[in-house]
Amino acid sequence: MEFLYYPGCTLKNKAKDLDLYARRTAEALGVTLTELPEWQCCGGVYPLGRDEIATKLSSVRNLIAARDAGRDLVTVCAACHNVVKQVNHDMATDDYIRTRVNNYLQPETPYEGETQVLHLLEVLRDKVGFDAIREKVVKPLTGRKIGAYYGCLLLRPSKVLAFDDPENPTIIEDFLRALGAEPVIYAQRNECCGAYAAIENENVPKKRAGAVLSNAKANGAEELVTACPLCMYNLKKQADGTGVKVTYFTELLAEALDIR
Amino acid sequence: MQRIGVFVCWCGSNIAGTVDVKKVAETLGHEPGVVFSTDYQYMCSQSGQDLVKDSIRTYNLTGVVICSCSPRMHENTFRKAAASVGLNPYMVEIANIREQVSWIHKDMETATEKAIILGRAAIAKVHLNAPLIAGETPVTKRALVIGGGIAGIQTALDIAEAGFEVDIVEKSPTIGGKMAQIDKTFPTLDCAACILTPKMVEASQQENINIYAFSEVDEVKGFVGNFTVKIRRKARYVKEELCTGCGLCTEKCPQKKVPDEFNLGLSNRRAIYIPFAQAVPKVATIDPNYCTMLKTGKCGVCSKVCGVKAIDYTQKDEIVERKYGAIVVATGFEPIKVDKFEEFAYAQSPDVVTSLEYERLMNAAGPTGGTLLRPSDKTHPHTIVFVQCVGSRCDEKSEKGKPYCSKVCCMYTAKHAMLTREKYPDTEVYVFYIDVRTPGKNFDEFYRRAVEHYGVHYVKGMVGKVTPENGKLKVQASDLLDNRQLHIDADMVVLAAAIEPDKSARPLATMLTASMDTNDFFTEAHPKLRPVESPTAGVFLSGMCQGPKDIPETVSQASACAAKVIGLLVKDKLVGNPCVAHSDEMMCNGCSQCQNVCPYGAITYTEKEFRMPDRTTAVRRVAQVNPAVCQGCGACTVTCPSGAMDLFGFSNNQIMAEVDAICK
Repeated sequence: MEFLYYPGCTLKNKAKDLDLYARRTAEALGVTLTELPEWQCCGGVYPLGRDEIATKLSSVRNLIAARDAGRDLVTVCAACHNVVKQVNHDMATDDYIRTRVNNYLQPETPYEGETQVLHLLEVLRDKVGFDAIREKVVKPLTGRKIGAYYGCLLLRPSKVLAFDDPENPTIIEDFLRALGAEPVIYAQRNECCGAYAAIENENVPKKRAGAVLSNAKANGAEELVTACPLCMYNLKKQADGTGVKVTYFTELLAEALDIR
Repeated sequence: MQRIGVFVCWCGSNIAGTVDVKKVAETLGHEPGVVFSTDYQYMCSQSGQDLVKDSIRTYNLTGVVICSCSPRMHENTFRKAAASVGLNPYMVEIANIREQVSWIHKDMETATEKAIILGRAAIAKVHLNAPLIAGETPVTKRALVIGGGIAGIQTALDIAEAGFEVDIVEKSPTIGGKMAQIDKTFPTLDCAACILTPKMVEASQQENINIYAFSEVDEVKGFVGNFTVKIRRKARYVKEELCTGCGLCTEKCPQKKVPDEFNLGLSNRRAIYIPFAQAVPKVATIDPNYCTMLKTGKCGVCSKVCGVKAIDYTQKDEIVERKYGAIVVATGFEPIKVDKFEEFAYAQSPDVVTSLEYERLMNAAGPTGGTLLRPSDKTHPHTIVFVQCVGSRCDEKSEKGKPYCSKVCCMYTAKHAMLTREKYPDTEVYVFYIDVRTPGKNFDEFYRRAVEHYGVHYVKGMVGKVTPENGKLKVQASDLLDNRQLHIDADMVVLAAAIEPDKSARPLATMLTASMDTNDFFTEAHPKLRPVESPTAGVFLSGMCQGPKDIPETVSQASACAAKVIGLLVKDKLVGNPCVAHSDEMMCNGCSQCQNVCPYGAITYTEKEFRMPDRTTAVRRVAQVNPAVCQGCGACTVTCPSGAMDLFGFSNNQIMAEVDAICK
């Protein structure tokens, strides 16, 4: 199984663990992740303005490179995944945006959203299979009560991301079960952590991440798992002193496969 | 050679606005065989029909072509007009130049050309038309009502009162349906059981009504006036004729942990049970999924305690075959599963309930004896949030809910809110709504009473998230009128789940060849003018199976449905459709393909002796059509590889002549 791998900027500095264990666990599971050469920033935030083209260009460049290499593009960071996948959807379905982007970039073959964008969790679920992972687990996380924290970016907009049911997702819970852990279902698992509001008004993530943590704890979670560096930042800040540990899903996988 | 008259209708400006009707009449007048051609403003009017009749007499017409609206509208009108002056009605053909021409085209020149072409095709067909005579079939004077809720009961009672026999088939152990589960009815707040159970008893005592409870329809054959239906009487493991309904077995049964469907799983029942005290028929039923005796062969307590020896562990499903003249569909509805709306945390907290569950929690015969207690810790709730439109009025593309308004939720939520405030004035009640829809006699007054008199907090906006935490339900919602976010710590959340047709409706529709819409509601023959009949002759619609309705509306529709059934059953004979299939035995090669495709079972095969050219005889297998059963759908004629099957009125030759005329 070979995929092109798009780490994104955050994974090269703040979220090195997310990147490192993604590569290591993939290798252990027989998945080859080849880093996309000369990749660019995804754009950071998906622009909602219909006439905003400039901030979509870098994502399109990555998508074109993947198409030309003839491979599916795998992301790990939830934010990158959201931006790249939404931009790809625009290129496949929105005539206006497609024409303008192609006019500007002038690729040899106009890009029409041909690349398949996958999140590593989707690769684990659909390509590797959670059952196959269960068989490879060496150190099962038996008895650990872990709450899956989805946040917003992996799930919404649900029709474009097509990741899981946005109100009742199960993919991370199934993943946790495959590792032998005990998933904790709690209502706030698909609510926002406060995201970039952290820059402007610290009270927003305080309130939001606080609500996520307290709800998870009230339902018996001892740990939280996420796929998003920004969620990690906000949650970790609020988790100080609560005794709740926050980890990336790749870290847990590495732990269970005993390659940490 | 036929003598054909052509009549081009203006339909006011409906046709004449886009089609040059004068030119159509004139051009078609030059077609071979046409001896008279004219146009008129409203051909379907009395004077228009008189014009047709007079022309038939004056010009000795043997065939008529009407260029007008769809034959679905007025084919019958013109056939009757022709018949009244002695012309065989099947010599009349319609060229549809309204729905298929003027309403869908803008350019007059091309529209006129198309109208002429369609007229030509109809003329070509009339040349090959032959007079047809319709046969008659007798009517079985008994009706079948499928579904024993309030709709089915009302329809059955009305038909029975008129003197006809009615069978009710109900899939659950008792009749009564959803209304039996309801506590109070809006807008009068009388108790549902008090007005329903007398009707259930009346149905069981009416000598013309026969109730097949715990039974399902397995197979439907035949046609209007002559249906043959196989009814599966599911095994109760209790002899219905012996059981007195004393209930001793249901008290002694050791298997106590069976979720009680009647209370929507909010309480438990035994493996042998009577759904509720006023059940009709009041007979015990064993649930084979839970009965220890049926599963392991060890127990037999109910059999030991039964004084009349009614228990029979060896009982099997039994098939009853009955004949009916009319079939009434009254299969009703069920609330949708709310699992796709997990933002309301239904699966996460027992204190999030659906409205029907709330109905049981309020009911004196319910799991809490009528005292409102929250399911999780059996304490009295002080703050209750009602959420309306859960799954109703969703985006058609969302795949989550239903696009339609479920119609009854606004009123029953107002009822729940009002009753809660009345019984427990210390309770704060919030209702979140998109719109409050209360058209109906005394309905809006009822809703306003909830707001103004009972102090229910109505908030325009939707609940976005319910978070169960530490025994409370944290409700996050928006108040659209005030433009602010609301955070309410509630003790209970009640979801007004959308309603959908009962799951049994779709397979039943297939059996009846009755049409349904995309939401699985049965379609009526005409949305305004024939609302209680299915387009399939002899099949009638009663209650929620046709669309969301409250109880008063259901009962009126049920009675209307009965009137239509009675109208059919009083007839001794029905005039059939002469446009049926027939087989040319000399050409038939006995392949059976027509028999396989016939949806009505109208085709059989027989061995027949034929004289061969060399004066010997040979026995061949040939198809035969029962004209009383054939509906003239034409499936067999296109399937027949040897061209032996043909349809009267739509023969292969006639259709080819039409195609030739169009392509000329």
